[in-house]
Amino acid sequence: MNIGTVPMKFRVSIDQEQCMACGRCVENCSYGVFRMENGVVRVSPRHCVACHRCLAMCPRDAISIEERPVDYRSHPLWTTEVKEAIFNQARTGKIIVAGMGNALPYPVIFDRLVLDACQVTNPSIDPLREPMELRTYVGKKPSHLDLLTKENGDVELMSALVPNLMLETPIMIGHMSYGAISLNAQTSLAKAVSEIGTFMGTGEGGLHESLYPYQSNMIVQVASGRFGVDINYLERGAAIEIKIGQGAKPGIGGHLPGEKVNKEVSVTRMIPEGSDAISPAPHHDIYSIEDLKQLVRGLKEATEWKKPVFVKIAAVHNSAAIAAGIARSSADAIVIDGFRGGTGAAPRVFRDHVGIPVEAAIASVDAKLRQQGIRNEVSIIASGGIRESADVAKIIALGADAVYIGTAALIALGCRVCGTCNRGVCAWGIATQRADLVSRLDTEIGSKQVVNLIHGWTDELAELMGAAGINSIESLRGNRDRLRSYMLDEALMTVLDVKSVGA
Amino acid sequence: MKTVEIDAKDLHYTPLNQQIRKAVSEGAKEIIIRNIMGQRFIADGLKGQVSLVLHGVAGGDLGMFMSGPDVTLYGNADHAPGNTMDAGSIVIHGSAGDAVSHSMRGGKVFVRDSIGYRGGIHMKQYLDKCPILVLGSSARSFLGEYMAGGMILVLRQFPDSMNNERGIGSGIHGGEIFIRGEIGDNCVGVGTKKDLCNSEEIARITPLIHEFAEKFGIDPAPFLKSNYTRISPASSRPFANKYTWE
Repeated sequence: MNIGTVPMKFRVSIDQEQCMACGRCVENCSYGVFRMENGVVRVSPRHCVACHRCLAMCPRDAISIEERPVDYRSHPLWTTEVKEAIFNQARTGKIIVAGMGNALPYPVIFDRLVLDACQVTNPSIDPLREPMELRTYVGKKPSHLDLLTKENGDVELMSALVPNLMLETPIMIGHMSYGAISLNAQTSLAKAVSEIGTFMGTGEGGLHESLYPYQSNMIVQVASGRFGVDINYLERGAAIEIKIGQGAKPGIGGHLPGEKVNKEVSVTRMIPEGSDAISPAPHHDIYSIEDLKQLVRGLKEATEWKKPVFVKIAAVHNSAAIAAGIARSSADAIVIDGFRGGTGAAPRVFRDHVGIPVEAAIASVDAKLRQQGIRNEVSIIASGGIRESADVAKIIALGADAVYIGTAALIALGCRVCGTCNRGVCAWGIATQRADLVSRLDTEIGSKQVVNLIHGWTDELAELMGAAGINSIESLRGNRDRLRSYMLDEALMTVLDVKSVGA
Repeated sequence: MKTVEIDAKDLHYTPLNQQIRKAVSEGAKEIIIRNIMGQRFIADGLKGQVSLVLHGVAGGDLGMFMSGPDVTLYGNADHAPGNTMDAGSIVIHGSAGDAVSHSMRGGKVFVRDSIGYRGGIHMKQYLDKCPILVLGSSARSFLGEYMAGGMILVLRQFPDSMNNERGIGSGIHGGEIFIRGEIGDNCVGVGTKKDLCNSEEIARITPLIHEFAEKFGIDPAPFLKSNYTRISPASSRPFANKYTWE
């Protein structure tokens, strides 16, 4: 091999003074880094992905992991990542696939936006003492209400309302399929959303029987492969989401390799064990907005117009115009998935280079729908790279109704964002189907952690709103006056419709 | 047997489906619907053991997500009858549009005449569920594209038809397509394998030929005397060698 070996990504060292040779690292590492030799722990650092399972389990803090201990000659253009991708493709001639979201250091728009607070002239509100309305309704709102005033003064609502989802917090958990993540991971999330009174997505992996008790808090997904989709599945969901695209890989389909399709996964996807589950790039019955409308209505008709139907698209250049079409398709909500959205596996070139940030997409979609007078026709759900409560507040101020979180919820389960979901041996029992690894994830503890996270964010959101003198999430929505840009360029400020700090 | 008749004249598809569901819930075993004029989504998501006899032209997505009923249509159907259908049958005394049986996972669709493009696309099978699409005459290009399971049988009433269609079985990774007579190499898509049927395979499709002939009152003899071409996946993992990990 002309290229030879490349420098190791991580150096794993054991402080032999500290190590008591308990073997927990050997037992816990699913990547094969550790072995016991004559009562001494030895390492193969090249296998390390820095998932930190060993660190978390070591009782003596004896393990240290150092990233990139051997440098290439530094160069601003020919970076380590670029060189190693070339080595990989020179060897294989194939498309590089990677896990997790966008790995390029693009500037984060969220971090260039600051929130407002009240001083002197308008009082802030203390959420400890005063009610804060965070309840959010996702779905179509009527353009006007017809009311009938009776003789006794009672008022009756004459307009027919369409079904909405009622969320106790504007934070939902996005679609991560059974197959991409484990059943214990899905169960943890499902228990959490049921307890909180919010919703999660099933992804395109069907709905496992053991999750039926949580179905009234689950949004079932219909994607191009139609895996796991039958009338039973559609009727169980609280809402139905048509997945057109995904922020981590806009424009392409999905491909669950046969190795991950074990017996249980094959049941929910309704495909033979060990077979590849290929989701084509387009839905083969959707080649236009009119066709999308046909599927939206087909799903509504199948479920007797009792369930909201969402349409999820990746954030791309013309999201606003596309969303305006979707808003006219009878859909109840549009999910905009930004280019930082996570994934179990995506071609590296798509993950890093295709799509736009969710902040810009949400602002332009909201503006376009308002311009056209159809903002009430759909709710807007933002997803892809929502990291903390401040991001939630900022994206709602840019026009979103609610958010989906994905990676953040997995981090609450122990995920270290090592980015090797595609390997299927996640040591935390999250992105794996191996029974011994899955059993590491306790669903009671896992759900508690996710509940804690969403509670914490929701309380912070209430505090942020109170500080800004806002006592209802509706008053924050699209309220760009409470945002200022800090060092964003003028073109982007125009898109976001925010002023500069100091202005 | 309880029979219910519905007049679909000037009826939107939602009230039409409501009437169908109501009849099924009240124990109807046969529902006869007349004057269908392009209503979409007929029997969408319908469950139960019931026969629907339709007269007229059905709009798109006839029997979508349907699970159990037997539908007979005297007339043509627009695109995608049997879309993501789960169980039951659709028998079309006429022709149908594009994407017939799209993502169908169980049950049978019989079309007496011809269908449009992308018929049987991404059909899939699982355990005892094996979707079957039988066509009396012909299909346009990309028949059985992305097919992951199930069976398509084309009886090609006019043997010269389909000689200029393209991409048959393109991306197929499960299931099989049978076409009466021979078909040129230029007609099949990437990732396919094309062979003349052996006697075991002929024996497998013979009951379907009889079933088709019986449904439409056609003499099965000419179809039984023919040879057939079988198109199947060259690999069950067509994309397995396309990727390398980061």
